[in-house]
Amino acid sequence: MAKLKFGVVIFPGSNCDYDTYYALQDVCKQETTFLWHKEHDLKNVDCVVLPGGFSYGDYLRSGSIAAFSPLMQEVKEFALKGGLVLGICNGFQVLLELGLLPGAMLRNKNLKFLCQFVHIRVENDKTPFSHRAKRGQILKIPIAHFDGNYFAPPEIIQEIKNNSQIVFRYSDAEGQINEEANVNGSSESIAGLINKAGNVMGMMPHPERASEVLLGSEDGRVIFESIITKLN
Amino acid sequence: MKVRILVSLKDSVLDPQGQTVKNALRTLGYGSIKDVRQGKVFEIELEGISEKEAEKIIPEISDKVLANPIIEKFSWQILEKG
Repeated sequence: MAKLKFGVVIFPGSNCDYDTYYALQDVCKQETTFLWHKEHDLKNVDCVVLPGGFSYGDYLRSGSIAAFSPLMQEVKEFALKGGLVLGICNGFQVLLELGLLPGAMLRNKNLKFLCQFVHIRVENDKTPFSHRAKRGQILKIPIAHFDGNYFAPPEIIQEIKNNSQIVFRYSDAEGQINEEANVNGSSESIAGLINKAGNVMGMMPHPERASEVLLGSEDGRVIFESIITKLN
Repeated sequence: MKVRILVSLKDSVLDPQGQTVKNALRTLGYGSIKDVRQGKVFEIELEGISEKEAEKIIPEISDKVLANPIIEKFSWQILEKG
């Protein structure tokens, strides 16, 4: 299989950039490069990953200032041309602020920073980010966020559902969707969301932190492997 | 010219921080507190533009940057002219 080139964007305050790099370069054996937010060069990557962290200290709103970074104009153009973009945690927040995904994030329903393993159920296995998983499959992947309470107005939620844009939902270990498993209070228990065109996905759980057995789970790898096999 | 811009969550969006503040106030015995909505205040100084131009710029920056129109609304007032 031909090697792909992944680009991991670094903003001031990103803190999962090296973990993501490690998961792609060392675990998945793909060529990976860092992309500095002040540049205008995507270095011919096949897939852009916006990593987790606290870009610009979460000032104003999580992900809001990063969305105005010079490089994000290129990322936007790349996405509009069909390029694959994955936003993890803070990366998801950036994609929302950038308008590449619909909706916004509110503070978690219990006002706590949540750092724990959660279960997510695969709702759509037809996307470039999830096709190696099976619909209904349950993945154990950790979350670590303050603002992960996904919100969109009712008409947008309806549209998202009609277009099967929900890729992952928070569930319990058996795959049941309920209020207790929906730890941050997200509308429709949304943990991962894809755009209408099907090439930009945001997810709050951290697949890079669940890419090896040593880390407590390797369920996150299926997301990276989906991208790799899709692009090959 | 000095302008104050107030950004807060839309009425249709649940405000868990405001709810928590409300509960704390009620716990302290302020039983008359019916509801609390929390928001952000920006005080912005402008120079070299007319009031008319400011009236154009302020809603623009509020909509583009200071507020996220999906969940937030804004209002503003001129504090100091000139």
